[in-house]
Amino acid sequence: MSRAFGTFNALRDVSLTIERGEFIALLGPSGCGKSTALNCIAGLLATTGGAIYVDERRIDRLKPEDRGFGMVFQNYALFPHMNVRANVGFGLKMRGVAKDELKRRVDAALELVRLGNQGEKLPGQLSGGQQQRVAIARAIVIEPPLVLMDEPLSNLDAKLRLEMRAEIRRIHNQLGGTTIYVTHDQDEALSLADRIVVLRDGEVRQVGGPEELYAAPAHLDVAEFMGFRNRVTGKVTGVEGDRATISVGDTQLSGKASGALQPGSAAALVARPDDLTVGATGIKASVESMEYRGREFVGLARAADGTELVFHGSERVAPGTAVSLAVDPARAIVFPVSP
Amino acid sequence: MSDVASDRLGLRQRLSLRGLDGTTLLILPALLLLLAIFVYPFLYGLWLSFAPKAGGIFANYATFFGDPFQYDTIWTTLALAIPVTIISLVVAVPVALRVRLLKRQRLLTTILVLPVSLGTVLVAQGLLNYLGPQGWFSRVLMLLHLSGGPARLTHNYWGVFASLLITGFPFTFLLTLSYITGIDPALEQAAATHGANAWQRFRHVFMPLLVPGLAVAFLLSFVQSFAVFPSAVLLGAPAGPTRVISVAAYQAAFEQYDYSMASAIAMIMAAVQLVVVAIILGARALFYRGSTSGGKG
Repeated sequence: MSRAFGTFNALRDVSLTIERGEFIALLGPSGCGKSTALNCIAGLLATTGGAIYVDERRIDRLKPEDRGFGMVFQNYALFPHMNVRANVGFGLKMRGVAKDELKRRVDAALELVRLGNQGEKLPGQLSGGQQQRVAIARAIVIEPPLVLMDEPLSNLDAKLRLEMRAEIRRIHNQLGGTTIYVTHDQDEALSLADRIVVLRDGEVRQVGGPEELYAAPAHLDVAEFMGFRNRVTGKVTGVEGDRATISVGDTQLSGKASGALQPGSAAALVARPDDLTVGATGIKASVESMEYRGREFVGLARAADGTELVFHGSERVAPGTAVSLAVDPARAIVFPVSP
Repeated sequence: MSDVASDRLGLRQRLSLRGLDGTTLLILPALLLLLAIFVYPFLYGLWLSFAPKAGGIFANYATFFGDPFQYDTIWTTLALAIPVTIISLVVAVPVALRVRLLKRQRLLTTILVLPVSLGTVLVAQGLLNYLGPQGWFSRVLMLLHLSGGPARLTHNYWGVFASLLITGFPFTFLLTLSYITGIDPALEQAAATHGANAWQRFRHVFMPLLVPGLAVAFLLSFVQSFAVFPSAVLLGAPAGPTRVISVAAYQAAFEQYDYSMASAIAMIMAAVQLVVVAIILGARALFYRGSTSGGKG
């Protein structure tokens, strides 16, 4: 599937097979094409190439109303002039479902999102979290083969977001349908999805389960997105099996090799902040600040070449102190980079 | 001592708490202008209408409602203003629904605003030539053998009708367009993905959200059409079929020099408009009138 806006390719050859019952997260920074992909699937945007099939049926030339999906919008898009029941029953009414069946199914959907007693209210009288539940109920009441969710939690506050995250997963499990969930928040994607599709610049960078993506990102972009905030570049000095060693300045660092690495070629080593600690050997840097985080401290240091490094520590280090930051070789990853 | 002083707010603070401060003074010029050119003339006209040349204080009103030549002007005017307003709206809504999706909206808007800026007299002049018995329209009809003789579209009801429609439509359209573009586009997308076809989206989403705005557009357009004068005289038959109420007022004032009678007719005109406004606003109150966006975000 491709989508171009003029000469700008918002999506390039995105190819994906989704199994029935799967929860898929499309993850990427803003502008990576994830919402474009979702809108193409929904039919709100036309594709400029490729095809979309549901089972054997080709749907990418169908109008959105003929695709039969449910969709949850980022700003909820509830009909402000209809009460909650009418909003939820909208899809059924458009399909000409008989009155008592409509009532029964709306009741069931409201029960599922735990809004049983709010049916007569207008959307404007509900809180953000409740509006979100109405939007979910409206999408699932038609029992669609596929529910599309476009950053549904981004307008909620942090506490509600965690709550709704669990709700969305519960509803997905209960209904057994397929869900495609767009988000820029890797925590959301990791905790919700069976499989995560990482998009960047309109291309798929990696597809995999949450554990796989978290532990073994296959691409430098994906690693950065998965919390590998520290990145130092140097030259490969040795490759042994799946281990690689690079020299950064006069320091030797090693990590898991990922991609084609040859001795002498340029490479980047990435590590998460909690895999970087103050030690006897390691990257030489000067501490800039320390932040107290309860169980530990999170520090910001700057290496001699200006690289910012985020590390964890058990005690406060005064700003300006020169330290050596040791990298856990079991958890760091080395990627090739173009020099 | 200072405690006592701080407990009592100064006059300035107390006034500003009630919304009266230096900024409020800025409305004074507008207020004075309003009093001088609207409120005073209106009250003066009202008083004048109850001071007839002869007879009791209601003599003017009795004369008006006792003479079909006079009171029929109300129906004549309504028969022009209401269809023109309804047709403008009925045409404006689908056009606005389409134009909302255009990229070059501004160009179209500019073209549409032109008739408004030309003024009714120029439009009337153009229509006299175009729709007249020797005009293009009539000639084309005859050329295509759609009409046996010259079409009579000026100096009657249809001439005034066309002129009102042309000068009134852009106004109605622009108002409608602004209401339609004010509706969150995500609502239409939500309706579409949940199975509503184009007609259902219009019927269940756009229409209910548009009604309050359309009611206001209806009123503004109606009031404009109801006050028709130049086109009724230039393009109509002001002695008969298009003797609208403003013509009656004009004749009373400047042909019979009876300002008192003219004022009474103006007051009747205002009353008729008020009745229509009240009916429309009353009907509007039955509809949802809140926000037209789909969420809190």
